[in-house]
Amino acid sequence: MRDVAILGVGQTRFGELWDRSFREIGIEAGLQALVDAKLSSQDLGALYLGNMASGSLIDQEHIAPMILDYAGLAGHHLGGIRIEGGGASGALALHEGWLAVASGAHDFVVVGGAEKLTDVPDAEANRVVTGTADHEWEGVFGATLPALWAMVARRHMHDYGTTREQLAQVAVNAHENGSRNPNAHYRNKISLEAVLGASPVAEPLGMLDCAPFSDGAAALVLGPLERARKFTDTPIRLAASQVACDTMALHHRRDLTTLDSTVVAAKRAFDQARRTPADVRVAEIHDGYTISALVALEDLGFVDKGAAGPAFVSGAFGPGGKVTVNTSGGLKSQGRPFGAVGVAQVVEIVRQLRGEAGDRQVAGASLGLAHDVGGTGATSVVHLMERVN
Amino acid sequence: MSIARFWRETPRRYNLGGCRCPTCQTVYFPPRSVCPVCVNHRRSIGRMEPFQLSGEGEVVTFTLVHEAAEGFEMQVPYVMAIVRAKEGPQLTAAVVDIDPADVKIGLKVRATFRKLREEGRAGVIHYGYKFAPMDATHHPPDRPAGGTRLPATTATTTTVGSEARA
Repeated sequence: MRDVAILGVGQTRFGELWDRSFREIGIEAGLQALVDAKLSSQDLGALYLGNMASGSLIDQEHIAPMILDYAGLAGHHLGGIRIEGGGASGALALHEGWLAVASGAHDFVVVGGAEKLTDVPDAEANRVVTGTADHEWEGVFGATLPALWAMVARRHMHDYGTTREQLAQVAVNAHENGSRNPNAHYRNKISLEAVLGASPVAEPLGMLDCAPFSDGAAALVLGPLERARKFTDTPIRLAASQVACDTMALHHRRDLTTLDSTVVAAKRAFDQARRTPADVRVAEIHDGYTISALVALEDLGFVDKGAAGPAFVSGAFGPGGKVTVNTSGGLKSQGRPFGAVGVAQVVEIVRQLRGEAGDRQVAGASLGLAHDVGGTGATSVVHLMERVN
Repeated sequence: MSIARFWRETPRRYNLGGCRCPTCQTVYFPPRSVCPVCVNHRRSIGRMEPFQLSGEGEVVTFTLVHEAAEGFEMQVPYVMAIVRAKEGPQLTAAVVDIDPADVKIGLKVRATFRKLREEGRAGVIHYGYKFAPMDATHHPPDRPAGGTRLPATTATTTTVGSEARA
């Protein structure tokens, strides 16, 4: 396997993009990434497109050739492959793109992620995303995706003394970071009192504990590291790409407050890169719900099991902390276009490692982590990126 | 959801029919065709035995749902829980016949046969298990202790017109 570099990044604004179609946002992100990489589309070998549910959300399947077509590439006849893994679809697409370049099957590929959630009513979107959990044995009985994560939160509070205020602080920090991201769905800052007083969704989680439904797309261009200097002065090495799966239903997990898929994917990723959690300075982690972020910090190895709540409130994961988390605003503030999330996380890490993150920049970041989750953790994906000097 | 898709699962959803691995004796719900625990798990293929859960268990975590799943809008707010069955497996279900403020981790519950939801005015009504507290002190006076017992035999999907309460 050869070393793989990220040569270009692209991303649309996230939000309720009512005036823009799925194909428009998909193409915008992809073309931005190609321009950023200074790569000719003639050189491309394939497109790997992460998407959760275009069939249910916009009645359109078979979307990879559609994006290639409207990007002006139909005549090149390169391969277009859609990849699905619930909310982890984008990160899975990156994993497939990495495999293709690392193995030598392709030299240059585009990895995309795109989702359009606001063309359907919220109730319909809620039904679709709950399908990323076990429909037959969770959804049919009345569970929703936030209800399942709420049960993780309740048990975490019971086992470790995590408080409602500690959960709420995750959302406050997300909006603080997102206020500095021009692509974010929500750029308003929110107070702890606002999170605690928001209308309940599934107790103990309220509306401001839950990431929004967003439209958006993001894209990356990958190529072999040994040829990267031809295209960019700041190649970012994809140091690890790992996927792990677990039981479909939350109720079948070994432990209700641990995502073993994340634990295993992270361990494999740190082994692959020969690094440890202590080496990471910036991380984009899955905060689809405030509890998701606290559990992720523990499962990724940044803090002991059960200790994420107090650590988070102490500022360990804010600016100047040991790891600065979700500088993009995370899913909560930057937005949650499910299939695009995993790719957008990597776009943010690349910007941080290149030193192009503007007033979100974390000084001296040389190793970054991206963590994406499908459902309640049936799939976790962990990527490590590092600056090459 | 099509009628066949719901109907084919009725032995599990109506009667908590699970299975047991003949080698390691682990009980599963819903039934599985392969034992995930046994080291040599392929030997279990075709040998898993039917096993009936008693319906008794305890709440291991729960939530009070305010934004309903599709078809559950009339039931908000409703309690969803993960219940650990006495025989070992865990499952997700609603907890009923109790003030939501009284639901606690560790609450002893028993399965009860209830209406889950209906698919619109002319659609199929889905029935299945919910859980009610075993301790009679939790019960409203007009409801029997432990709720309605699960039917003794496998029933088929019932369509509109049934009186079962949710």
